[in-house]
Amino acid sequence: MTETAVKANPELVTVTVDGRAVEVPKGTPVIRAAELAGVVIPRFCDHPLLEPIGACRQCLVEIPDAGNGRGFPVPQASCTTVAAQGMRVETAATSAKAKAAQEGVLELLLINHPLDCPICDKGGECPLQNQAMAQGRLQSRFDGVKRRFPKSQPLSAQLWLDRERCVLCSRCVRFADQIAGDDQLSLVERGARSQVAVQPGQPFTSYFAGNTVQICPVGALTSQSYRFAARPFDLVSTVTTCEGCAAGCQLRVDHRHYQVKRRLAGDLPAVNQEWNCDRGRFGFVSERGPDRLTVPLLRRDGQLVEASWTEALAAAAAGLSRAGAAVGVLTGGRLTRETAYAHARFARAVLGSNDIDFRARALSAEETGFLAAWQTDPGQPVTYADLDQAEQVVLVGLEPEDEAPIVFLRLRRAVRQHRLQVTTIAARRSPGSAKLDARLIATAPGQEAAQLAALDLGAGSIVLGGERLAQSPGALTALAAVVRKGGRWAWLPRRPGEVGALEAGAFPALWPQGQPVGSEAVARVWGSGLPTAPGRDSLAQVAALADGSLRAAVWSGVELADLPDPAAARAGLERADFVLSLERRLSEAAQLADVVLPVAPLEETSGSFRNWERRLSPVAQVIGRPGTPMTEIRVLAALADALGVPLGFRTPDEAAAELDQIEPPARPAEAAPDAAATTPVAAVVPAPDPALTTPVAAAVPAPARAAVPAPAVWTVGPANAAPDPVLATPVVADPAAEAAGPAIPAPAAPADPAALGPGEAVLATWRELLDDARLLDHEPALRASARPVAARLNPATAAALGLDDARRVTLGGLEFDLVIDPTVADNVVWAPSRAPGLNLAVAGLTPGRAVAVTPVAVAPAAVDPAERPSEEAQA
Amino acid sequence: MTAPTITAPPADEQLLVPVLTADWGQPESWKLAQYEARGGYRGLRAALVRPPAEVMAEVKDSQLRGRGGAGFPTGLKWSFVPGDLSPKYLVVNGDESEPGTCKDVPLLMASPHTLVEGIIIASYAIGVNQAFVYVRGEALHPIRRLRAAVAEARAAGYLGTDVLGSGFSLDIVVHAGAGAYICGEETALLNSLEGRRGQPRLRPPFPAVAGLYAKPTVINNVESIATVPAIINHGKDWFLSMGTERSRGMTIYSLSGHVRHPGQYEAPLTITFRQLLDLAGGVRQGHKLKFFTPGGSSTPILTEDNLDIVLDYESLAAAGTMLGTKALQVFDDTTSVVRTTLRWVEFYQHESCGKCTPCREGTWWLVQLLRRLEAGQGHPGDVDLLLSVAQSINGQSFCPLAAGAVACVTSAVKHFREEFEAGYHTPAWEYLPYAASAAFAEPAPDRSQPARSAPDPAAPDQAGAGQGDGAGRSDEASQTDPAGRTDEGVTL
Repeated sequence: MTETAVKANPELVTVTVDGRAVEVPKGTPVIRAAELAGVVIPRFCDHPLLEPIGACRQCLVEIPDAGNGRGFPVPQASCTTVAAQGMRVETAATSAKAKAAQEGVLELLLINHPLDCPICDKGGECPLQNQAMAQGRLQSRFDGVKRRFPKSQPLSAQLWLDRERCVLCSRCVRFADQIAGDDQLSLVERGARSQVAVQPGQPFTSYFAGNTVQICPVGALTSQSYRFAARPFDLVSTVTTCEGCAAGCQLRVDHRHYQVKRRLAGDLPAVNQEWNCDRGRFGFVSERGPDRLTVPLLRRDGQLVEASWTEALAAAAAGLSRAGAAVGVLTGGRLTRETAYAHARFARAVLGSNDIDFRARALSAEETGFLAAWQTDPGQPVTYADLDQAEQVVLVGLEPEDEAPIVFLRLRRAVRQHRLQVTTIAARRSPGSAKLDARLIATAPGQEAAQLAALDLGAGSIVLGGERLAQSPGALTALAAVVRKGGRWAWLPRRPGEVGALEAGAFPALWPQGQPVGSEAVARVWGSGLPTAPGRDSLAQVAALADGSLRAAVWSGVELADLPDPAAARAGLERADFVLSLERRLSEAAQLADVVLPVAPLEETSGSFRNWERRLSPVAQVIGRPGTPMTEIRVLAALADALGVPLGFRTPDEAAAELDQIEPPARPAEAAPDAAATTPVAAVVPAPDPALTTPVAAAVPAPARAAVPAPAVWTVGPANAAPDPVLATPVVADPAAEAAGPAIPAPAAPADPAALGPGEAVLATWRELLDDARLLDHEPALRASARPVAARLNPATAAALGLDDARRVTLGGLEFDLVIDPTVADNVVWAPSRAPGLNLAVAGLTPGRAVAVTPVAVAPAAVDPAERPSEEAQA
Repeated sequence: MTAPTITAPPADEQLLVPVLTADWGQPESWKLAQYEARGGYRGLRAALVRPPAEVMAEVKDSQLRGRGGAGFPTGLKWSFVPGDLSPKYLVVNGDESEPGTCKDVPLLMASPHTLVEGIIIASYAIGVNQAFVYVRGEALHPIRRLRAAVAEARAAGYLGTDVLGSGFSLDIVVHAGAGAYICGEETALLNSLEGRRGQPRLRPPFPAVAGLYAKPTVINNVESIATVPAIINHGKDWFLSMGTERSRGMTIYSLSGHVRHPGQYEAPLTITFRQLLDLAGGVRQGHKLKFFTPGGSSTPILTEDNLDIVLDYESLAAAGTMLGTKALQVFDDTTSVVRTTLRWVEFYQHESCGKCTPCREGTWWLVQLLRRLEAGQGHPGDVDLLLSVAQSINGQSFCPLAAGAVACVTSAVKHFREEFEAGYHTPAWEYLPYAASAAFAEPAPDRSQPARSAPDPAAPDQAGAGQGDGAGRSDEASQTDPAGRTDEGVTL
């Protein structure tokens, strides 16, 4: 509100606070002006990111001159009074009246506040406690009866409320309403009985609930995760970056006794402002289970047994030596930029293989080309600030609330503050889309490109595409093509390390900094004898392991269940001669390995991520525990030494220095667009493997096909700078080598609704923020905020499938509750990708393919169509 | 000075000017036929043939001031609403909840069409096509009468898409509140009307700019709007001929407490308290005046020193109090001022919305201090503490409710400090036995003489047969047993 006012009125006014003149934009509240003048005014309800309410009255100041020569007869709340030209403000520091007013309010706040600071989590960092120490009476004048409530009550599995401590500032309620959009939290009752509450049976299950604990000015709100865990003055704080997703939130991590006790949202206005999501805040204990690895493991007689580092490194070196260059490296998407770079160099310079990929997920050759082009010339990246200014934001293949929650908060803020129009091309209206008041273009998976091509996108439009677009033929091409309409685009991966890994060259088609395979610039750093054959992506690696063309695998931080075909991945690893796993926990992949090398968790190492904006986000070492496993870079360096080819660096700092020393290739921006449009481009994508793909012609519905740009023409081109992304330079240096290269499966073509068999629908799915992700392990209170698990069909599709009366359905053997949701696209069934115990990929279900939806027989007594869960269309 | 002991109505009939109350005694006065038979809706017909701006100017020039307490000029308020914006709303505040105030409820009971006519004229003048009346939810019977009146008016063509063929459209929604004093505050009322929590809003934006549903909104008291038809009917000069220089016209005074004939008295704003008290038959027989509120419990109390005060806006402001809602609660010499103050503050504690600290916590503390003073268990210094806490509350709260809550405390201590200090050692019920101030402790007042302008408006009707009576009588002031007081939620 204030910010909007400021933008609309760049005019400045001069106010005097305690004798200090300060210029502030018109519309600034007095309390902000005082901050700029260096004067601190105590406050409880005021928060710079929430709309003012003027409830606590702690910030009362005297205004002897409101700028018009007249003063206010009584003290005014500085949070709700707007600074005016010539206004004079006197705070408690200079005005006896203001001092008396503030002391009076403080005394009133304390009469009903319990004196339980010694056992209160907030004690030591409590604004009320600090204020009482600074301004309070030595002895209370109140000797009456304090208001009492029964002790803490849960607002959700994660959030606890101690009502007697609450000062009713309503920051939490306003946050829930104004920022998160989850309005389950409200104030109830009146007068001294006022209290924060939720409706019975409707807990405050916001993805952002933890922020309310952080902004609570007293100890009224506490989290299950941190309650009674530590005292603030015993904690050591480190500023770092969250590894939850690619949003790049700054975090403040507090630890004690070599253990992280809590994580708070950092203060980074350009990115996360002062917020973060609960996954980033509470999901940090997954490595505290019994499967945490601290000692190397070696397979002996078929069993993984503990081994010394010397033994394990020797065995790993021997295994990799046997495989020669026929080694595939798969790094997952959660490594820091430095660690990804270490793998990139290790694969090429030490193993001699270009078969390295960071994409432990569904991908396509189209995406490989798209990413290579983007990395080679990222243009002017879209930023959070651009989202603030945009007139229209289109979401395609992306659910920001689930995949990049802080992007969701930014969009919601823009929607609220200046009516940003959000359009979503999705299979259904998600809760996040509803909170963005987004226009839904209900789209079956696979039709994204056609919908995007049909959209009217002028200047001021930004299209945000998610990683799921890799599964939709032509969608990434259509995404980049929005530049031709005058719009801008950004690609948002779900994982934090993907943009950095792309830059670091942990990618089959590129070497570091976007240098092409075989780059001289890189060879100058890495030395000679580098492989020139183009690399295999992760799916091709799995296929190559299975057919024996790859003999060994180095996997770091990869979950089999994340891969589109977990069974194939398992088969590939089982078939491989040698598997080396670098892990923090004994994952499924590690259990299939011949040597498992433990690596330090993120909180014990340093480095950086690049978030979706390509912003460099530093990761600081939080804990330096003696005897902990080495960092992954150090382990790779040791392994390289054992293989006789030094890696060249041993620390994240050295890795970063080397990576930054490599120059990006010269931008081909000067190339004539016309030439690009007509020049035949090297076929980056080989013919799809018929065994893995449905023939495109049969699968793409006729009306859509015409509008889908051909997916195969991916070359290096500027992303957001020039009107045409397709330029002349092919990604792969040697097209001839490409022709002989490995078969890369094209994305699964979508099922044709017309060709659906009886009882079938097209499967749509995405990962929700809170699901069975291993990163959320050991934090049940966090998982309890997950959305209810259900399969969704629209009424017409349900009727066509004969599911009018069904309450539960099976999809590929997985049972779901059925929710009739009118927002779901026709002939589509939506289900969450990885609800606990219901992993679609493991069950062999692929998004975009047809799936049989069959009712589950329920005991007759339980069948009552009237009670079937249903959702009204959200306005 | 001896207390007035007049038992018969005064000879001087000219003191009273029954306009709004003129027909309250007529049979079925709330019916449209009766209202029309006695000249009802003539004002509306007169207004509809004039341009809206002229109607607004007439009201503005009549210098009618708001009758809900603050006394803001009504016509001026109308003119704040931007003329070219649509939609805009008229909201009539009928959440009459101030202790002692009883003028809107009897008006709605006896003559709801006066309000309906006023709403139509006001809406026409402002350019409003949708009006709302927010009536206190407990006033069930008046709500029924008002709804019936709106239905009658609609059927008769006074409301709807083409009011009396003028092309002007208007409809009225009668909304029943849920019983919160704070919803009489205009922005809290708007919140409540929108279905939100009844708490005051931040101003600016003011309701004239962004009120109900964020649209320009005029909010007027029931009595203010009900006065409009008379002004249009009789002209501004007639209205200007009554009252004082800056307080023009007539208004309804509600007398309650220890008077012979409690009720509503409609008089020009030149009447003095002594004259009004005389009209009401004076203080109870055998007793004399101790103190009174001029405009409800939120206005600082006055004593017999102010018997001759003119009951207009300026004179009361000069005396350090307010005309308020013109609710004159009269207390005789048997009344414990400590007890009275405690009851009032208990009311404010109960009704505090809880939004801001001074009101929510301050009233909590004041009640505890007053309770122990009432029980004779006050600590030396408690009276100063009481004043100090009151000072921490006064002027520092979000809305004026808290200022009202402390007004009675500070004024009572100012006039009767020794009685509060007696609370250090003597319970109030021993200092001034409570039984003596109860109505039934005295010979029943002579009710053979009807009150001047306050016949019982609660005569049975079809809409609400058998509903309670006494809407026009307010002699309940002092009937609470000290042991029977409610203990406000110490443990919840």
